[in-house]
Amino acid sequence: MSRIGVVTFPGTLDDRDAARAVRLAGGEPVALWHGDADLHGVDAVVLPGGFSYGDYLRAGAISRFAPVMSEIVDAANRGLPVLGICNGFQVLTEAHLLPGSMIKNDHLHFVCREQVLSVDNVDTAWTRDYTQGERITIPLKNQDGQYVADEHTLDELEGEGRVVFRYQDVNPNGSRRGIAGISNARGNVVGLMPHPEHAVEEGFGPDGGKGPRTGTDGLRFFTSVLHALVG
Amino acid sequence: MGRVVVDVMPKPEILDPQGKAVAAALSRLGFDQFANARQGKRFELEVEGEVTDEVLAAARAAGEQVLSNPVIEDVVAVYADETAVTA
Repeated sequence: MSRIGVVTFPGTLDDRDAARAVRLAGGEPVALWHGDADLHGVDAVVLPGGFSYGDYLRAGAISRFAPVMSEIVDAANRGLPVLGICNGFQVLTEAHLLPGSMIKNDHLHFVCREQVLSVDNVDTAWTRDYTQGERITIPLKNQDGQYVADEHTLDELEGEGRVVFRYQDVNPNGSRRGIAGISNARGNVVGLMPHPEHAVEEGFGPDGGKGPRTGTDGLRFFTSVLHALVG
Repeated sequence: MGRVVVDVMPKPEILDPQGKAVAAALSRLGFDQFANARQGKRFELEVEGEVTDEVLAAARAAGEQVLSNPVIEDVVAVYADETAVTA
């Protein structure tokens, strides 16, 4: 069974949900500690959401220097699948594994909603179980969610198909070109602001086709990586 | 005791939502002289001895590598704070 590491920093909130999502998808979650420079042989890593180090300095800025992160950066550069969710996405940009950055939502309010996204690249380790252009609904909850990058970087991301998720129906935070998530060139590192790990089990997710709270659109992030690992 | 100040501001081309909110609040409160506001960060780094050129260079490096994110922010000033109390 594939082992998926889930990192806990001081101030991480969604590590338990991420571990649960891995388990529901059929993988074995492995808790990784920020101060431990050891990936314990995991096959992939999830950086979950929350407010690591209280968002001090900038969201994700201090976490980037955690001992576990230097291991993750090396392993990601060798092809290890890494998914950054919300604060985890912010950590990945601060660690320069993904380009751009997140600033405060344009309207300055914390946003918490069920968000529709399109999956615009199904060739990454974390999206291969989706269909190209598929619309999915997963929760979005953040304060610093406005994705920004210079025009050259944005053009490059679009040109190389590295815009993996785009907000649909509404742009909830002013993100450039409606970008909700991106990948690195190789497609093993993916980051997004919305939370797939909160939409993996009927009864606990957003509203879905079968009724209130039946949405499980996030589960295939985790089945995708498991399928990617077994080839 | 010496002190170095590092000032970090959002890049001019990056919309500064906090600055915008500050500008709106100022005009609402009658400070209508100000057409715009931007909000940045000031870091005060203290050293045991004097602020040497070496210390300033280290502060500049820290400003670029840690205290700011070059994607969204610029280090706009690094200087010795002459008002720092000498122990």
